[in-house]
Amino acid sequence: MPVAIDLSAPGGVALALLPEILLTVWACVLLLLAAWQHRDPDAHRRIGGLALVGLVAALVVMVWFWKSGTRPAGLPLMIALDTFRYAGAIVFLIGAILTVLLSLRYLGRERIAVPEYYALLLFAVIGMLLMGGAADLIVLFLGLETMSLAVYVLAGIKRRSGTSAEAALKYFLLGAFASGFLLYGIALIYGATGTTNLTVIAFQLSDGGLQDSALLSIGVALLLVGFGFKVAAVPFHMWVPDVYDGAPTPISGFMAAAVKAAGFAALIRIMVTALGESTAVWQGAVWWLAVITMLIGNLIALAQRRLKRMLAYSSIGHAGYLLVAVTSGTPAGASAFLFYALVYTLMTIGAFGLLAALGRDGESEVLIDDLSGLAAGRPWISFAMAVFMLSLLGFPGTAGFIGKWYILSAAIGTGQWLLAVILVLGSVVSAGYYLPVIMNMYMREPVERRPDLSASVDLVGAARGVVATAVVLLILLGVWPNRVLDLAVDGSRDLRAPALVTGTSP
Amino acid sequence: MREYIPLLMLMGFIVFNAIVMVALSQILSTRRRTAVKGAPYESGMPALGGTRARFSVKFYLVAMLFIVFDIEMVFMIPWAVEFRQLGLFGLVEMGIFILILGVGLVYLWKRGALEWD
Repeated sequence: MPVAIDLSAPGGVALALLPEILLTVWACVLLLLAAWQHRDPDAHRRIGGLALVGLVAALVVMVWFWKSGTRPAGLPLMIALDTFRYAGAIVFLIGAILTVLLSLRYLGRERIAVPEYYALLLFAVIGMLLMGGAADLIVLFLGLETMSLAVYVLAGIKRRSGTSAEAALKYFLLGAFASGFLLYGIALIYGATGTTNLTVIAFQLSDGGLQDSALLSIGVALLLVGFGFKVAAVPFHMWVPDVYDGAPTPISGFMAAAVKAAGFAALIRIMVTALGESTAVWQGAVWWLAVITMLIGNLIALAQRRLKRMLAYSSIGHAGYLLVAVTSGTPAGASAFLFYALVYTLMTIGAFGLLAALGRDGESEVLIDDLSGLAAGRPWISFAMAVFMLSLLGFPGTAGFIGKWYILSAAIGTGQWLLAVILVLGSVVSAGYYLPVIMNMYMREPVERRPDLSASVDLVGAARGVVATAVVLLILLGVWPNRVLDLAVDGSRDLRAPALVTGTSP
Repeated sequence: MREYIPLLMLMGFIVFNAIVMVALSQILSTRRRTAVKGAPYESGMPALGGTRARFSVKFYLVAMLFIVFDIEMVFMIPWAVEFRQLGLFGLVEMGIFILILGVGLVYLWKRGALEWD
């Protein structure tokens, strides 16, 4: 039965924000627990388990919202109640759950016994949920800041490591700068349209007279600079390799998957809901961003010898593919994004999880050559790595292929043939750095492992479950994607501004 | 544009005047350097040591804590001004806000951020 929530009453807003409120309360409880138990060396594991409980509860509420067809009674003023919010939230929550599972043992091994880690992770997820569900630019900015501040700290949570501190400082300084751009863009859009509500912006624009507004164009350009930074699009990508390199590996995976997906979810909501009818303002700029991000991300990744930096540059390339989905500016593009975001979360967090098992001390020293002959000793781990690499490449039979296919069809659906061709070329280039990983594992003689790496590959406990689940899901979604694709299509159903365009001003 | 010409002339005169004053004092003045003239302050205590002393990081921590509660005031004053119009709803909202800040304070307290040593 469909549930209509009245968003004009405080009770209705509280119900609409139920997952976020649940997580906020839970994160505060975890923070207090962390304060009381921080002398206990095992506290972080216990608090990690509790964080998992909170994330699963939020996931259940989101699924319940979606299943019961919860929708707003009237215009959503601050928070959206549509399937795109639920679908995006489910992707972020899955990413966060996988990250927590990877971290449970990792923190102990790397001696980052900081129980606040999980509270910060929950705060980051709250920010993401607000970003994906914002019906207003101010709520979006609030979510972005909540997410970013928590992730800045998480990047530097390994306090004794110089590279970790460098990562956090670099991310913080550049991120604060980018937030400034974003806020200025929001201010100019407000100046042009007189509102920060996405639906009302769409109405103001369709009312005419604003298509050529310089204020609007500059505002959208500044907005794109801010988002370009958050999603790591070229030329705003300079921070990515160093930050992903210095951050603890599960957090690198979290940044590459969930933080990026949240940025894209917010970007797509703005572009489709508010600016969907005025594509002339932004489509050209996003087109170029997509092209150079795909080309430069993939080309620089070719030159990397370290696995962690290679994955960082590959995540830039994938931001380019997702920008292609944004460029289409249609609900089809949004569906392609949702599917790809889920798949990308699985394969990226899986790959970073394996990397965490292969190395020591931040894992930035693991060379691709160090994987030589891994298949002889550890066939299952090599198989999992091969699946992640093939899926990142977009090889048929894996979920990555289906994801790319739908991005391509969304691009072609709006006549962006050239962009589709460049996407395919970018994928061909990316084979040049994904396939050597597989070749090293299967076609080379085993090498003597260097003494600074772990003596044996250390994939145990929950991390093993994460990798196995990701592999199974990637293959399953590669051969039988229909059910999830239907959900992704349903997830972008209400994204276009509703029919208030037909009549009177709200 | 015609009405702006006097303004332009005024600006030109200011720039000209400034340059002439600096130039004249350069040309006409006599310079005699003494140790007292080179000191940072001509009155008060004599300077002790270099200016690049290192401060304990604890000062920054205190400053950060101060900013949190400073910002709290920034939010509370508009609420207090509109208190009657906002009514019970505003009171509950502000209660939640202070509760969340309180959680942060309790956390800091318990972790020892308020201890100086």
